[in-house]
Amino acid sequence: MKVLVAVKRVIDYNVKVRVKADQSDVDLANVKMALNPFCEIAVEEAVRLKEQGHATEVVVVSIGPKAVQEQLRTALALGADRAIQVETDELPDSLAVAKLLQAVVAKEEPQLVILGKQAIDSDNNQTGQMLGALTGMPQGTFASKVNVAEGSVQVTREIDGGLQTVKLQLPAIVTTDLRLNEPRYASLPNIMKAKKKPLDVMSAADLGVNVARTVNLLKVEAPAERSAGIKVADVAELVEKLKNEAKVI
Amino acid sequence: MSILLIAEHDNASLNAATLKTLAAAQQIGGDIHVLVAGAGCQAVAEQAAQAAGVSKVLLADNAAYGHFLAENLGDLVADLGKNYSHILAAATTTGKNFMPRVAALLDVAQVSDIISVESADTFKRPIYAGNAIATVQATDAIKVITVRGTAFDAVAAEGGSASVEAIDAVFNSDKAEFVGEELAQSERPELTAASVVISGGRGMQNGENFQLLEKVADKLGAAVGASRAAVDAGFVPNDMQVGQTGKIVAPDLYIAVGISGAIQHLAGMKDSKVIVAINKDEEAPIFQVADYGLVADLFDVLPQLEQAL
Repeated sequence: MKVLVAVKRVIDYNVKVRVKADQSDVDLANVKMALNPFCEIAVEEAVRLKEQGHATEVVVVSIGPKAVQEQLRTALALGADRAIQVETDELPDSLAVAKLLQAVVAKEEPQLVILGKQAIDSDNNQTGQMLGALTGMPQGTFASKVNVAEGSVQVTREIDGGLQTVKLQLPAIVTTDLRLNEPRYASLPNIMKAKKKPLDVMSAADLGVNVARTVNLLKVEAPAERSAGIKVADVAELVEKLKNEAKVI
Repeated sequence: MSILLIAEHDNASLNAATLKTLAAAQQIGGDIHVLVAGAGCQAVAEQAAQAAGVSKVLLADNAAYGHFLAENLGDLVADLGKNYSHILAAATTTGKNFMPRVAALLDVAQVSDIISVESADTFKRPIYAGNAIATVQATDAIKVITVRGTAFDAVAAEGGSASVEAIDAVFNSDKAEFVGEELAQSERPELTAASVVISGGRGMQNGENFQLLEKVADKLGAAVGASRAAVDAGFVPNDMQVGQTGKIVAPDLYIAVGISGAIQHLAGMKDSKVIVAINKDEEAPIFQVADYGLVADLFDVLPQLEQAL
């Protein structure tokens, strides 16, 4: 079984982003970038499926300018076999990404496509589900457990009230939640080996997909800042303030 | 303009998130139709018909929709939604699951998790864990939108008298089937609906110590939440997680206990009206957003707080 994993290059999750002075966007100049944490979990899950003998090949794909090759190499160092970069000048929106991935799916014919449930930059939580609709594949989103069987996959999903389990016919889409696994660290020998693994580059035009955006970004502003309040000395003072000043209890 | 709003429910009663989504729909303006899709959910349709501002309820009552599988709901909503200018759902795990399928089937973008309606095509939404607020304009003919409940005040649940129309179309994919679910049972209010939330972090040290929080919660009628650190450490289940990738809450009072205040946690609670932080590390970033901070050992404070309430 071939597994395709889609990954995104995003701001490192430890970095607090700043808004540009002209409010046109956030400022990503000289900011540390990394593999989106949910995508890292997706790569780890695919590599584990290979280690368990369920997957025969793990292919990673990322969409964007040349810089995304850095994250593809990270995924290769974590254990993916080969990588595909779909080159675009800018980052397209989720629907265009899903259409590009649909074209990659048509070429690669994976049995399982694993994606992160959301990217920590745009916080959209859309691409996996959109790819499901475009390819006609069933989906197990927000997965905390994945069990592959013959011709199907059982996915336990994190939902608002608890957990839901669904059984999906292959080929299928899985999007990862935080508790699915704990990604490994890439070892130095694996980082060196990753440099020699195959990385193909294709363009959005090669795949016949129009990547023009239909949602315009008009403005980006900093959120209203909360200012720090006061320190109270003890529980009695806290309860008194909550009762008489804030009037919330 | 006409809006199709997909109700959130459990086949027995309408979820409060639907009334908040209705508030966003009213701000967009136009005729509002509510789709109740489920199994044995006639009572929900009757509740939806009474909600303020609803002009028609569409009831798709079929076993295929009983577990809200995205494959079936997505096909149904995309089919019904063709003739509307806007399709709205709450940004819950159900809405997040099926709405992007609807958008892709209709070949339009989705605007996720809006926190304000600027006009019929322009909305504000948080990005980067709420560290920036984007104003976006959707140019597609049909706007597919999920709504963050904490940003809108629920409309009145009663007073309306919309008609209920049955929808016979059945979309039942054989590629996905429901196997089972484990839902958390709790006497306490639901996290996203509670007016008081008390959350514990890594400082709680283990899952048993959450009983200290529960005792205080019971005095306050509060829901109990947790930081990702507490969930990752295995203290409590993930459905208690408050944060960027967990639940977004905005209660009247949020009490953070033993939580340092990582930006991912703040993203889930910083719109709370009053924030209290209890932490023994006075340098903890949580104090920068807290209205009231108490620098003390939580194991001393929690029993005292329970007594004092």
